[in-house]
Amino acid sequence: MIKVLSRAWGRLGAALFAVALGVAGFSGAARAELRIDITRGNVDPIPIAIPAFGGGDEQSSRVGADLAGVLQADLERSGLFRGIDPRAFIQSFASMQVQPRFPDWQAINAQGLVQGRAEVQADGRLRVEFRLWDVFSTQQLKAQAYVTEPGNWRRIAHIIADAVYERLTGESGYFDTRIVYIAENGPATKRIKRLAIMDQDGANHRFLTDGADLVLTPRFSPSLQEITYMSYYNGVPRVYLYNIDSGKRERLGDFPGMTFAPRFSPDGNRVIMSMARGGSSDIYTMDLRTLERRRLTNTPAIDTSPSYSPDSQRIAFNSDRGGNQQLYVMNADGSGVRRISHGAGLYATPVWSPRGDYIAFTKIAQGRFFIGVMKPDGTGERLLSDGYLVEGPTWAPNGRVLMYFRQTPSDSRGRGGDSYLYSIDLTGYNERRVVTPVQASDPAWSPLIP
Amino acid sequence: MNAPVPGTPEHFIANAKDRVFFAFDRSDLDESAVKTLMGQTAWLKTYPNTKVTVEGHADERGTREYNLALGERRANAVKQFLKAQGIADARVKVISYGKERPAVIGSNEYAWAQNRRAVTVVAK
Repeated sequence: MIKVLSRAWGRLGAALFAVALGVAGFSGAARAELRIDITRGNVDPIPIAIPAFGGGDEQSSRVGADLAGVLQADLERSGLFRGIDPRAFIQSFASMQVQPRFPDWQAINAQGLVQGRAEVQADGRLRVEFRLWDVFSTQQLKAQAYVTEPGNWRRIAHIIADAVYERLTGESGYFDTRIVYIAENGPATKRIKRLAIMDQDGANHRFLTDGADLVLTPRFSPSLQEITYMSYYNGVPRVYLYNIDSGKRERLGDFPGMTFAPRFSPDGNRVIMSMARGGSSDIYTMDLRTLERRRLTNTPAIDTSPSYSPDSQRIAFNSDRGGNQQLYVMNADGSGVRRISHGAGLYATPVWSPRGDYIAFTKIAQGRFFIGVMKPDGTGERLLSDGYLVEGPTWAPNGRVLMYFRQTPSDSRGRGGDSYLYSIDLTGYNERRVVTPVQASDPAWSPLIP
Repeated sequence: MNAPVPGTPEHFIANAKDRVFFAFDRSDLDESAVKTLMGQTAWLKTYPNTKVTVEGHADERGTREYNLALGERRANAVKQFLKAQGIADARVKVISYGKERPAVIGSNEYAWAQNRRAVTVVAK
């Protein structure tokens, strides 16, 4: 059975086919299956062996080695896996028909083994096949084959990483995704900011704007074809749409005041944002098909940073209507407003998890900034990271990893003030820098690429 | 050195204070701000054909989106004051830069206080 996994998407336009292979058990081992509980936090990384995906010729072997490297790097960045040094490997695979000699892999304490093969076929297309083995129970846990254009090899690596992650954790993966963010350079007083996009692992990096206009807070549409963001184009700060394929930019609506803090609705048909006018900021939605505008809040306060719940029924936002910045939740029509943050400090930038179970936020307390999560009813607040300035969490599509930016303090001579992206697990462990070619802020994580 | 031509942006800077400052997360005008804005009002009445943009700013100790709103609120506080003094609405535009354009670099109280500001800029 062959199914089409992907439709045209950006420059990786080629169709991608996946073939589910038979999953065969090779023994009746009584041993418990390899499984990773990611809700615990700070687990010891699982040792996993990922030999180069060998191929029949030089080109295939090169692709196979690169592919295994990208796959291993993905899994290691999750903090759940530790790749075993290939120099320790005893067995090498001449073909997919060769069964693993499990004692050889047990001897180097590999718990998981990804056996794979990459082959550039006679028709020029790339065929990649992998099998995930539980080395100690000697079970095959997952097997899949893909046929695509050779240029898609990195995506295949990410898709396999997602498959391995999902099979071993029970959670969907987040490796076949992209990040849109603001690339920054120059002194703070004349900072140059550009829209930039890259794969989740930093590859295929591209600047989307040239830095002539100040741009802020990009967010993906669920279709991944569009980004909504804020731009000071022509000195008029407004919300814009950017089409990734065509590069076309379009101002969203004709609002009399500054529009900012945009975010797509989960179905992608609306953008929710703030408009500031006369000293007050209120929340509006705009239907992208009818261009109908709807006002959801109407107070003299600052109401901003709106974010839909994944079922579109509710909206989280922050407001100073109670005297200072706190988090509120309201129904999608603006009714039923309820404050949900009650801790000491200021709360901002609520972002609903794609799973619906948490709202991530930025908190300011005692002169420091924090990234935290709470349940949508405001209970269970947990702070995951802190610093002089950490801000703007965004969720991985599985709702188990967050990304945000961290800015260091600067001195009067302009030293410091560096801004970079970081990711962290929902458990509060595995905080790590996300590598970008220049300084970075305002990350937004894409959904899984369809 | 030539004296600035009356009615020009340079002349405004030389003859009126161009900015007012705010407390953390506040947009109310204190005594010193009122004095500054009275000076701006006098200049604007002397040169009635000029237009201004009030640029509202915040320090780096807030979140980006909230600070955009706060900057707009500060710029609007200045606009409303000028309006109350008889400066026509149409002469005063506002724009917020949030925390995007600090005047003074540094993560210290002095820099933050200098950056929590609304700056009146005369159109060329």
